Amino acid sequence: MLRTTFLAAAVAIAAPALSAEIPHDQRQSSYELMSPDTRAMQDEDTSNPGMLWVLEGEALWKRETGEANRSCADCHGDATQSMKGVAARHPAFDEKRREPVDLEGRINICRTEQQKAPASARESRDILALSAFIARQSRGMPIESSDERLRPFIEKGRSLFTARQGQLNLTCAQCHDDNWGQKLAGIPVPQAHPTGYPLYRLEWQALGSLQRRLRNCMIGMRAEAYVYGAPEYIALETFVKWRARGMPMESPAVRP
Amino acid sequence: MAARWLVILALGVACRGLASAQEPLRPFTVQGDAIVESLTDAKGDPERGRAIVTNRQVGLCLLCHSGPFPAEKFQGTLAPDLRNAGARWSEGQLRLRMVDASRLNADTIMPPYYRIVGLHRVAPPFRDRPVLTAEQIEDVVAFLATMRD
Ligand code: HEC
Ligand code: HEC
Repeated sequence: MLRTTFLAAAVAIAAPALSAEIPHDQRQSSYELMSPDTRAMQDEDTSNPGMLWVLEGEALWKRETGEANRSCADCHGDATQSMKGVAARHPAFDEKRREPVDLEGRINICRTEQQKAPASARESRDILALSAFIARQSRGMPIESSDERLRPFIEKGRSLFTARQGQLNLTCAQCHDDNWGQKLAGIPVPQAHPTGYPLYRLEWQALGSLQRRLRNCMIGMRAEAYVYGAPEYIALETFVKWRARGMPMESPAVRP
Repeated sequence: MAARWLVILALGVACRGLASAQEPLRPFTVQGDAIVESLTDAKGDPERGRAIVTNRQVGLCLLCHSGPFPAEKFQGTLAPDLRNAGARWSEGQLRLRMVDASRLNADTIMPPYYRIVGLHRVAPPFRDRPVLTAEQIEDVVAFLATMRD
């Protein structure tokens, strides 16, 4: 008897089907949610604080370093040509490792294997500067995720995206697939497309990577964050890049 | 500008008195869609309940809900307006919704406020603690019950 009432109540307030993929014609960058002022800040190189990191990255690109005493430019030449589209297709599948590496990971592979220099710490000034400089070369280019070998990692990322976690027992998808456009404490919930990374956040007063952003959302969910570079972050990055495939890159973007 | 949400949540770790990890959860009985009896065998205090509901570090309610709280500028639209909640639901029904709304809707986004099992990858400061204590749940229930136009 009690059981029946319980079930009836459950049916009465049950939510409609959840966590469907956002139809492609409804996808939007968080840029669309920003104030005209913040948009202008992103649009104008002279007012975009991310450009400071890009300029620094350009200098690092040409600087010899490591035991090999080689610069990125020694191998890759003119970045405006050779780095075009590179950030748009990372995380990319790495043959040797048999798994995807993200842009920061790729930079560190070049540092350790080609330049014979120590890896740079994630979120360090140097790696953010280099990744901002490289990502700048993909501005306006569509995000690409067509390598079939990424498939299992996309699926792993999807399962992380849809898994409940943390004390608040939320999933990424509940906010970003099911409730984008709604307000969370007055803030519009974005669709979470990684079009702008690395990007300058006014709240951080600094440039930060996509992993830093993922970490922030996990802290908000009161979930345990992973260590930077963890395979779970790479899988989530691979998934959200796939989810945003075809959308134009904005790096270095600006966000509130 | 609205304080960004994760800042709000993260601040909670530092400023609020966390529910004690040692204290085991009080047992309760679900009858139909309600928990009829108080978790503490006492009545909650609606004034304290109001403070919990409007406090972004403690109740977190206004992240998702809106309600008749004119002083609170930044409210949520992810959940029903709390206005008149006490007219829509009995105290027992409100108690179950607070304790564990997923018992009524498996897909709910409303966090379980008084459950510590079946959660995954909980950040260390929050591990093995419910979001609110039994006393706080009773305070919130008492407050929600007063919400009638
Ligand atoms: C309770 C809601 C909520 C949950 C759960 C959540 N997020 Fe977010 N997310 C937000 C909000 C709100 C923002 C906007 C940034 C801000 O102002 O804090 C955001 C921003 C983002 C962005 C940045 C978009 C941009 O343009 O820069 C990404 C990417 C993202 N989230 C991914 C995730 C992932 C992955 C998860 C799960 C691990 C997750 N989010 C969980 C609410 C949420
Ligand atoms: C992360 C989002 C979220 C948070 C935080 C949250 N709720 Fe909810 N709440 C919901 C949703 C969504 C529903 C709608 C029913 C459902 O989906 O389970 C709901 C339903 C309710 C209901 C019953 C619905 C009605 O008609 O009024 C009450 C009462 C309620 N919540 C109170 C609270 C209180 C009090 C708090 C804070 C102590 C709180 N909620 C925190 C999302 C949330």
